[in-house]
Amino acid sequence: MANAGIGQAVRRREDFRFLTGTGTYTDDIDRPGQVYAHIVRSPHPHAQIRRIDTAAAERASGVLAVFTHDHLAADGVGGLPCGWLVKGKGDKPMVEPPHPVLATGVVRHIGDPVAIVIAATRVQAADAAELVKIDYQMLPVVTSTAEATRPDAPRLHTDAPRNLCYDWELGDKAAVDAAFARAAHTVTLDLVNNRLVANAMEPRAAIGEYDRATGTHTLYTTSQNPHVIRLLMGAFVLHIPEHKLRVVAPDVGGGFGSKIYHYAEEALVTWAAKKVGRPVKWTADRSESFVSDAQGRDHVTSCALALDKDGKFLALRVKTVANMGGYLSTFAPAIPTYLYATLLAGLYATPAIHCEVQAVFTNTVPVDAYRGAGRPEACYLLERLVEKSARQTGIDRAEIRRRNFIPRAAMPYQTPVALQYDSGDFVANMERALKVVDYAGFAARRADSARRGRLRGIGLSTYIEACGIAPSDVAGSLGARAGLYEVAEIRFHPTGSVTVFTGTHQHGQGHETTFAQLVSEKLGIPIENVEIAHGDTAQIPFGMGTYGSRSIAVGGSAIVKAIDKIVAKGKKIAAHILEVAERDIEFKDGKFQVAGTDKAMSMGEVAFAAYVPHNYPLKELEPGLDETAFYDPKNFTFPNGCHICEVEVDRETGVVDIARFIAIDDFGTVINPMIVEGQVHGGLVQGIGQALVENCVYDGASGQLLTGSYNDYCMPRADDVPSFQVETNESAPCTHNPLGVKGCGEAGTIGAGAAVMNAVVDALATVGVTEIDMPATPHNVWRALKNAKT
Amino acid sequence: MPTVTMTVNGKKMSAECENRTLLVQFLREKQGLTGTHVGCDTTQCGACVVHIDGLPVKSCTTLAVQNEGAKIVTIEGLAKDGKLHPMQEMFREHHALQCGFCTPGMVMAAIGIVDRHKGEPTLAEKTVRHELEGNFCRCTGYHNIVKAIMAAFPLMKG
Amino acid sequence: MYDFNYRKATSADDAVKTVTSASEGKFMSGGMTLIPTLKQRLAKPSDVVDLATVPGLAGISVSGKMLVIGAMTRHAVVNGSADVKKAIPALAKLAGLIGDPQVRNRGTIGGSVANSDPAADYPAAVIGLGATIHTNKRTIAADSYFKGIFETALEAGELITKFEFPIPDRAGYMKFPNPASRYAVVGVFVAKTGGTVRVGVTGAGPCAFRVPEMEKALAANFAPAAVEAIKVSPNGLNSDIHASAEYRAHLVTVMAKRAVAEAAG
Repeated sequence: MANAGIGQAVRRREDFRFLTGTGTYTDDIDRPGQVYAHIVRSPHPHAQIRRIDTAAAERASGVLAVFTHDHLAADGVGGLPCGWLVKGKGDKPMVEPPHPVLATGVVRHIGDPVAIVIAATRVQAADAAELVKIDYQMLPVVTSTAEATRPDAPRLHTDAPRNLCYDWELGDKAAVDAAFARAAHTVTLDLVNNRLVANAMEPRAAIGEYDRATGTHTLYTTSQNPHVIRLLMGAFVLHIPEHKLRVVAPDVGGGFGSKIYHYAEEALVTWAAKKVGRPVKWTADRSESFVSDAQGRDHVTSCALALDKDGKFLALRVKTVANMGGYLSTFAPAIPTYLYATLLAGLYATPAIHCEVQAVFTNTVPVDAYRGAGRPEACYLLERLVEKSARQTGIDRAEIRRRNFIPRAAMPYQTPVALQYDSGDFVANMERALKVVDYAGFAARRADSARRGRLRGIGLSTYIEACGIAPSDVAGSLGARAGLYEVAEIRFHPTGSVTVFTGTHQHGQGHETTFAQLVSEKLGIPIENVEIAHGDTAQIPFGMGTYGSRSIAVGGSAIVKAIDKIVAKGKKIAAHILEVAERDIEFKDGKFQVAGTDKAMSMGEVAFAAYVPHNYPLKELEPGLDETAFYDPKNFTFPNGCHICEVEVDRETGVVDIARFIAIDDFGTVINPMIVEGQVHGGLVQGIGQALVENCVYDGASGQLLTGSYNDYCMPRADDVPSFQVETNESAPCTHNPLGVKGCGEAGTIGAGAAVMNAVVDALATVGVTEIDMPATPHNVWRALKNAKT
Repeated sequence: MPTVTMTVNGKKMSAECENRTLLVQFLREKQGLTGTHVGCDTTQCGACVVHIDGLPVKSCTTLAVQNEGAKIVTIEGLAKDGKLHPMQEMFREHHALQCGFCTPGMVMAAIGIVDRHKGEPTLAEKTVRHELEGNFCRCTGYHNIVKAIMAAFPLMKG
Repeated sequence: MYDFNYRKATSADDAVKTVTSASEGKFMSGGMTLIPTLKQRLAKPSDVVDLATVPGLAGISVSGKMLVIGAMTRHAVVNGSADVKKAIPALAKLAGLIGDPQVRNRGTIGGSVANSDPAADYPAAVIGLGATIHTNKRTIAADSYFKGIFETALEAGELITKFEFPIPDRAGYMKFPNPASRYAVVGVFVAKTGGTVRVGVTGAGPCAFRVPEMEKALAANFAPAAVEAIKVSPNGLNSDIHASAEYRAHLVTVMAKRAVAEAAG
């Protein structure tokens, strides 16, 4: 047991099934009588639907039905809801255009679903889908973020003039303007934050099933949050009450945000299963994922930092245009606002910050949260600006940060952009990173690279993120249309084993191990006796799911709260049996002990007594040992850290190689260091991917997606990245949750992009290149070098 | 429809399938061997790697009918009597998997890497990274996968 | 994928007969291009004729100053072959850079050269070494084989059976891979035989081509410096989101220089 508690690198319990091919992902499930759906999607980015002819498809071999928007409308099926209402300047509500499950009248992006074909086999459905004839009238197209609001840009939604969803601001504009007016240095930067595709390795899939006997619908789906899907789909789209709708998210092969949202296909298979009287399965091809999974990032930003003569930051000004795509995905409006602008203080005591964000509609696949979600965009611009400031003022990049960091002693610290940081030792993390990388030795390493004909650069990035979303009342006041607490139920079984029901969902994070460690330690029972259940609304009381690095901070805290209730009840039971007062019972190491004596009962004995209550305080206490807790966080958590990257650039080809990468992170208390390190590694590669290779590109003229498969969308491979040096600093735990945990899922992605790009710029600056946008592909680097030379 | 027969994980398996049926569909849909996954449709991601007659191959890019009479080993065929193959064991030991979706193909490809270099005294990190070119993982950042394969190398050399 | 008739060929003649008598017949060697194409429904053959069962189409041998490779020889086999490593190590290296290990276990040299993907690796070696392509009907010199994008001298129903590669004194291959697909953005194969030098380029243009100016300079001085200043015109070169024609032209020079360094080293 000592080897399975908090802080131990316990090997994962979920691995056996994944390593032996016995995991159960959605597409692995076959329901009796199951048939298959194929979605007919728009090949055009913007077009009027003049006519849909499904007759030939309906006659095709094996086809049970072909449905279009009209069928949904006849059944009163609603549109896909947006879960967050952002109010712009002057409290003007965002424009929230209809988002039909199947397109009606107009298609607004490549991949917009238009019809669904249901057939006995997968190939029959695909064959018949080709026979659905749709007569499209092309419309003019806008895909570019920067051009969406131009007066001559085609309008996507009648109620959104200039394609504007909202024009929003945060911070004190007057204070910022005043600070810039008296600044000794002003540093400006224009940046593009490139659009990304999440690319969880498991493509999305969904199976709908309807039980006529009970009138119950079941949806198996690749979701990060089955209860949220049940709520949104049941209440807004299909009008099925929650007690008649079960949503199961079984093993899910990665999410990174893209499996948070309620998607059209989930509603379609659930609805169609009742229509055709058979379970209906849909599984995306990867090509389909590229045009139907919500995409990430896609900002165009101008920003400026004002500094005094000593390099102290006086003010930050940021103007961003954020692309929403063709429709609003579930949480899209919150990403470039409350998860972005609120993080612009970073680790710095910048007194005045003002940020304006225009969110725009374009003929592209909808954009929503992707690992980090707003926070990588904030960190990226800030850390690029800081390094540029260092170059411009001649102050060392580490020194300028030192001068501006919020000191540990200033915690809790209220930033000018709404957040209150509770903890963190920013200087210590950077100093440690500088030591690990041997910052002083960089000049020698650069000289060595130069001898081999290569340009070497070093880049720092420090980051802070707001995780563990959120106090529900705060989120509600900012426009969230749901609560953001978490739920846990701890159910002791009569012979002492435990099932923990958590409202979070694991799709790679290892909750079955980490949560079991936590429960084992706190209840003092062997880890083997603890089972973690998740992902099924019929089993789990309630839950908000897993995203925003919230599972341990919010879900783990809910578990602790439920454990506290178990222990409190256990004390009453033990006191009765041991014939002492309740206040004389201490709970420690799995034992209820009479203080100062050797009289004790084990946790298992207490559980048994609760279920076989022969000697039990039945008058005051119910039998059973089963407690549920809801935990609503008191504040966000604030993971933070320092990343340092060194790159080598091949001047002839423009190839950037990462020579070293160091990450020092403060995640508060670490439950399982092995799992935490794994989360960091994966996060880093997604950040490095954005910086060096990944880019989702639409052709400006035709609106076609040019990176619609792995032949053109570059996924980071093993030989694109190095091994990493990662460490955590547990000296500044979270002050407001019971475990002191902060969360670790997104940190790597948030910090890495800026560290890599700062290193690239540092390398290229030696030959006259001052700025370059992501991704720093060989082609882009070569172009930058060429332009610098001429 | 032709009937295709092959030996999968040591067992003879037959099924009727169309000529256009891919090996991965034969395994998943006709034999219920759902450990082999499909992560892309352009022969890139490697989630579907199985061994055909001892060599790692992408089962999404070979027809079932091409493999009449072949000996196939899938992820389900590696562990013997509940004991993990050394590569599976090292993946577990070094936390080389998170969501598990790429894992079956990754493990089969990893065994292929060690098989190709068994005769050599050591296995370089660079070699491992290069030869993982045909397998994508979105979770682990590859760090621990590379570690696991290097740790399995001496164990598999025997 | 649309369904099709599937035939395992018993001989080269049988394969040719089946393909030519079908309404739309296709040879399948390794299937590494054909199957992905079929999966995307970009082709609808009536008949697919599998060449894997034809005896004698795979194999490697050296006869005198010739390295002979059967059309159905897999990339992994070429990569690992002691004969190839000894005769033309650059060719073994090239085979090891195609696709990935799993693709190399299936893909064949004949399939690659017959398909003539502008970004395939083998065409650089076929051109760079001046190989002779043997078909069921005739022999074709490398220089008259590649005609354009996915276009070759092969006639309908004509089947490649083997390649004869003259063994050079030295050779080198350098590839600049597309970061996403790992196909060649530019690949340059350089071979020196006596006083003659050939430079074969793939990836840059619609099909593999030679660079006479570099060949001349290298014949006079087989050293990286000889090609360093030779610029290739971007006119007519491929251009896409991964590499402009100008970048490709630049890379031809860089890769040629490095291929020479490898060959000379």
